[in-house]
Amino acid sequence: MTGWIRVCALDEIAPQGSRVVASSQGDIAIFRTAADQVFGLHDKCPHKGGPLSQGIVHGNAVTCPLHGMKIGLKDGEAVAPDKGCAKTFAVKLEGGDVWLRLK
Amino acid sequence: MKKQKLVVVGNGMAGMRAVEELLKLAPDLYDITVFGAEPHPNYNRILLSPVLAGEMTINDIILNPLGWYADNGIRLHVGKMVTKIDRTARKVVASDGTEEEYDRLLLATGSTPFMLPVPGNDLPGVISYRDIKDTDEMIAAAATHRHAVVIGGGLLGLEAANGLKLRGMDVTVVHLMPWLMERQLDKAAADMLKASLEARGLKFLLEKQTEALLGGESGRVAAIRFKPAPGYDPGDGLEIPADLVVMAAGIRPNTALAESARLHCNRGIVVNDTMQTYDPRIYAVGECVAHRGIAYGLVAPLFEQAKVCANHLANFGIARYTGSVTSTKLKVTGIDLFSAGNFMGGPGTDEIVLNDAAGGVYKKLVVKNDTLVGAVLYGDTADGGWYFQLVKDGQNIRELRDQLLFGQNHVGDGGHAGVSKAASMPDEAEVCGCNGVCKGDIVKAIKSQGLFTLEDVRKHTKASSSCGSCTGLVEQILASTIGGAYTPTDAKEKPICACTDHSHGAVRKTIRERHLLTIADTMHYMEWNTPNGCATCRPALNYYLISTWPGEAKDDPQSRFVNERAHANIQKDGTFSVVPRMWGGLTTPAELRVIADIAEKYQVPTVKMTGGARVDLLGIKKEDLPRVWADLGAAGMVSGHAYGKSIRTVKTCVGAEHCRFGTQRSMEMGVKLEKMLFGMGAPHKVKLAVSGCPRNCAEAGIKDIGVIGVDSGYEIYVAGNGGIKTEVAQFLCKVKTDDEVKEYSAAFLQLYREEGFYLERTCHYVARVGLDHVKAAVVADPARRRALYERLLFALKDYEDPWREAVEKPEVRREYQVIEIKEVEVVS
Repeated sequence: MTGWIRVCALDEIAPQGSRVVASSQGDIAIFRTAADQVFGLHDKCPHKGGPLSQGIVHGNAVTCPLHGMKIGLKDGEAVAPDKGCAKTFAVKLEGGDVWLRLK
Repeated sequence: MKKQKLVVVGNGMAGMRAVEELLKLAPDLYDITVFGAEPHPNYNRILLSPVLAGEMTINDIILNPLGWYADNGIRLHVGKMVTKIDRTARKVVASDGTEEEYDRLLLATGSTPFMLPVPGNDLPGVISYRDIKDTDEMIAAAATHRHAVVIGGGLLGLEAANGLKLRGMDVTVVHLMPWLMERQLDKAAADMLKASLEARGLKFLLEKQTEALLGGESGRVAAIRFKPAPGYDPGDGLEIPADLVVMAAGIRPNTALAESARLHCNRGIVVNDTMQTYDPRIYAVGECVAHRGIAYGLVAPLFEQAKVCANHLANFGIARYTGSVTSTKLKVTGIDLFSAGNFMGGPGTDEIVLNDAAGGVYKKLVVKNDTLVGAVLYGDTADGGWYFQLVKDGQNIRELRDQLLFGQNHVGDGGHAGVSKAASMPDEAEVCGCNGVCKGDIVKAIKSQGLFTLEDVRKHTKASSSCGSCTGLVEQILASTIGGAYTPTDAKEKPICACTDHSHGAVRKTIRERHLLTIADTMHYMEWNTPNGCATCRPALNYYLISTWPGEAKDDPQSRFVNERAHANIQKDGTFSVVPRMWGGLTTPAELRVIADIAEKYQVPTVKMTGGARVDLLGIKKEDLPRVWADLGAAGMVSGHAYGKSIRTVKTCVGAEHCRFGTQRSMEMGVKLEKMLFGMGAPHKVKLAVSGCPRNCAEAGIKDIGVIGVDSGYEIYVAGNGGIKTEVAQFLCKVKTDDEVKEYSAAFLQLYREEGFYLERTCHYVARVGLDHVKAAVVADPARRRALYERLLFALKDYEDPWREAVEKPEVRREYQVIEIKEVEVVS
């Protein structure tokens, strides 16, 4: 496990947007919701590997840009009736900065 | 705050659908308690017939298992009949003494079968056909007894008779009327149905009135006796043997409880358009209800009522139930029968009939004032769903009339819609070519998941959820699998998505009338169900705002699909494609050299020509996009918008510039149009073509706007399509000058931009509003045309190349960059 790593300032992610972080564990999508919560998911849709970071963020979910699979940001689980799960990463907001911890 | 208490009396399809709809809207508003007289969780009553026929089991037809009630915090009392409502103390009392208090009460007590008031109707072996208990009893009787008599030749009676026959009984159907299913069929169709059922071994006694049921030595029913009809021949027997008698002579709304509570009933519990009874705390839905004097016995209207009721229980207060047009489909495997609306005709109506008795096909359409008001289909019901939709929408069918009887395929709705006949398709036939979904998958999902709507099927199977061209076929499969339970959505009033009850039309109108300028304001004003919408409604709202209020409403990139946010086309591996604009399909050696250099510099894996006459660079990484654009921009090239719901290309032929046949300078005309329209957003993509002569080498006949040069000027065609729905463009008008081509084209596109629904191509838009509407605005009215033209120019006046913006503005450029981090292991 790594310690908390500073990713960027919250302002560098658009509300209802995301940024991609390159890591030794693959690309990680960092999402910012309309309510300014932040979440981290492996940037790969469990359906056909689409880049979730490029999807539309709504509520606490993102819609994959390739085939419209909806993925919950908190747990990475596909919204029923779809099945599948994207790996989640610990992300936190502290002092206006976004932090990430790898497993 | 303490939650309010909602008590639901009735655990059937209508009551539970209302609860489901309520949970969707306001999951935490109520403590919910449900009473069910039957000892089962909620099941799909419509599918009792397949259970009786041995095609399904009881487990297959459970809609909400017990766990569902627990998961949603619903207290369920099964096997308890509510016997009293105390409206003063606001509580209900069940037969076993259980009491529950309510703040609001929902009555969904359903109906009771009508038992003929004849002697012997209480003998053992005389049953109705209503619930699981009746079905079990019939299955048991079939194993030990021989002669079954079904009283009633309606939908339910015939399904019961068919099931009993399949279980080996000798079955006679006794019917009072001169033909079967007289409430759904005319005589011609009913006669064909009767012949087909007789061929399966069923016997029919029509125009027979039951006098008595006679008991045998064991005490069980043994025979049925009829009243002698006028002109009776004493040689005919008046009795036939019957070890099992099934009464299927109709249902009566179950109003006993409501009446005992002194709620106003008149052939059903009387409710208003919000499903409220005369006691405002008490609502009622389902077969027990009389709405505007009608009690419905089919499931589709009950679901509509449930939805309206839930809306009011959730305190939304905006839905109204105004009655339903119903359709019927007989669920007897192998017999295709469909009826909807006013199928008998009458004064003021015309009938269009096809009657092929030998071939077993009968179709009757009833037309009134250029609209379809009813239909009966026998033998070939593939178009039932389509006819039902036309009836519900009240669509003008004047132009379709001569081809109406031959079905939807004949009226030019191409694509895959309805190419095969759903009922006769094998299970392994592919229905949805985008997602590889076969008919068998869809049928299985419908049955095992208890699906009723197109939306449900899309969610569970993905069929029809991508390009949508198989939607018609999926609707047919739904209709043929669940029969009368299927409700086609009203095309005009269909909500945009699950986030709202409002249609595209209503949203467009409200944004204009209320001068709404942001997505958040629109969602707030129109009471969206979700905090910030979804990937379906947000792009639509964003488009409506910026197209209605150019210069005022601000574009929201986060509400655009990735392609329009990244100004490039996402590919299956997450890379992007880049298509620089080539005005009218023209390029230069210098431009081609730059493109070649870029392809090498960024190791572009695939370079190809697009269908719109330009070069596509495929497989570019997102972080490289701004660099590629900078190189293209340095050579004067701008975005081709190959990714947008916007102007794509203006395809041209060589034209009078070089061609020996050319009558007009089509390349020049194409470039003028493309420059005028640069950056124009639209409900969907827009493609133009200009040909220099009627040989039409630019294929203008399948474009949103096709311009064809002739010696005396130009012909303008609109609303063609070469994609999902191959559609030939329709002639709009003829003009003389290049400036007129620009003005008319712009006016047409602006009308589409202002009135089109998001993701509606021009061909769908014109099919919806009619070409006459377009001509009235664009051709017949010069002032309006001019105004439309100027509004389009105004909307486009400050448009900047989005690629240049991404290259020049650091805050935009940042969006394309991957964040690098330093990883440090923690030693614990």
